[in-house]
Amino acid sequence: MTDITKNPVVLSAQGLIKRFGGITATNNVTLNLHQGARHALIGPNGAGKTTLINLLTGVLPPTEGRITLEGEDISTLPPHLRVRRGMVRTFQINQLFDSMTPRETLALVVSQQRGLGGKWWQALGAQPEVNRRCEELLEQFHLSSVMHQTTNVMAYGKRRLLEIAIALACEPRVLLLDEPVAGVPAGEREELLQTVAALPSDVSILLIEHDMDLVFSFANRMTVLVNGTVLTEGTPDQIANDPQVKEVYLGHGEGAQHG
Amino acid sequence: MKVPVRWAWWEAVLWIALLASPLVFRERALLINEIAIVALFAVSLDLILGFTGIVSLGHAAFFGMGAYAAALFAKLVMPDPLVGLLVAIGVSTLLGAVCSMTIIRGSDLTRLMVTLGVGLILAELANKLDWLTGGADGLQGVIMGPLLGRFEFDLYGQTSALYSLLVLFLLFVLARHLVNSPFGATLKAIRDNRLRAMAIGIPVTQRIALVYTIAAGMAGAAGGLLAQTSGFASLDVFEFHRSADVMLVLVVGGTGWLYGGVAGALVFTLLQNFISSITPQYWTFWIGLFLVVLVQVGRERLLRPWTWWSVLRSGGSK
Repeated sequence: MTDITKNPVVLSAQGLIKRFGGITATNNVTLNLHQGARHALIGPNGAGKTTLINLLTGVLPPTEGRITLEGEDISTLPPHLRVRRGMVRTFQINQLFDSMTPRETLALVVSQQRGLGGKWWQALGAQPEVNRRCEELLEQFHLSSVMHQTTNVMAYGKRRLLEIAIALACEPRVLLLDEPVAGVPAGEREELLQTVAALPSDVSILLIEHDMDLVFSFANRMTVLVNGTVLTEGTPDQIANDPQVKEVYLGHGEGAQHG
Repeated sequence: MKVPVRWAWWEAVLWIALLASPLVFRERALLINEIAIVALFAVSLDLILGFTGIVSLGHAAFFGMGAYAAALFAKLVMPDPLVGLLVAIGVSTLLGAVCSMTIIRGSDLTRLMVTLGVGLILAELANKLDWLTGGADGLQGVIMGPLLGRFEFDLYGQTSALYSLLVLFLLFVLARHLVNSPFGATLKAIRDNRLRAMAIGIPVTQRIALVYTIAAGMAGAAGGLLAQTSGFASLDVFEFHRSADVMLVLVVGGTGWLYGGVAGALVFTLLQNFISSITPQYWTFWIGLFLVVLVQVGRERLLRPWTWWSVLRSGGSK
């Protein structure tokens, strides 16, 4: 495997700190995501993984530290402008548009992505190039069969696929996947895993996941987060053999118990 | 995908019937005029309530602003109805743009209070500025010129009804394009899931402010029509019951569906008219009862009486 750290850095967090009152949820985290990386962020519950994602995407303002995307400081940009600069996330708990079908949802996202979101005279889906992209996405995410169902009646696995399809429809250069396979029943799991594995290789991905099978089959770089700080970072092999990490995951480390 | 959203046959039938109604029911033209105005007001509220998910209890602020703007313009500047209507729309749109700054922050409840507050402030302003607005006596002696310089507003209200219906139709077409467009889809996205709307790059606050402003302009058009066709503007146009009534109209007709406003206006106004002609004192009781039944039984089922008993037998399974 080539060393992914030789590629240029696309997303960088430097000295990120987030305090909620007296609690420090993120403590001086520095993280570099390289071009084309499959970078997994792991850590026990309460390690601050989701807080970190919220900081990166702008849902929460950091107490200290700075975030750059392709060299540009985005620390103070509101969430939707970070999306426009190419950083998109998915959610651990599905965040879908329940009254819309997958077809409508993707037509909306693709239109918005192409700067047509303010158009109010033409009908949604009237542009052939938008429709073509929608067809591609529906195909790629195995959603063609349910494209006319309302999202709230779809099977959970399909909803999960749509969750990721929405993010990819934003044409991200950096994609943050927050536990993509969480809660998916065994029967629908394989389809989802394959889809995640087949995500375009030029998209740099930061993956938060508890599922170690997925992490080790997918990642080419890993960061272990414990108690809001980076415990260690390395290749999957290095992480798998790291005694500190073993300790945390086998439950001897005090650090794993609180935070 | 259904490319430009086509007009269904029943829509064409409905609009032809509506536009022809003042010619057929000549003696009911005033009532038809009222329905058209209420429908326009309700459609404007639906843009923010049904399509964007913003609850407003102060929509009458814009209705009232449009009414006073149209009345004052006719009285002080010129009596042409179309120019006056454009002025009413312009002034209430402006007010909407200013007020939209107040609703893009805060939770749903605080926003609700703010919309209520704006309505109260304007009502009191119209009351206090009596040198301009006539205060509690209302703005009287508004005389409208003929429509397009040719059609006089007659006492039976035929011209008024046709005028209001045509304005309703035009603005409805506008709203219909709007809700079916990518812009409309971003509004629904905000309504369904604001967090995700933000996460796909929709400028949420900007869109809310924009649709609020558009809705304010439409509500102003409805208010303007009322002042122009009745030749009168009174404090009543700002009152809380107007904001509440228009929400009831939407509840009756259905939210998030433009025809809901039109259907609701028809049912609500006719019902109000019918019941108050039977029992002028206690009609609100019956309207109240109707609303309770409507909500309990559900709009779908209320239209299908034959399904009532089957549901009762199955024990009203929930």
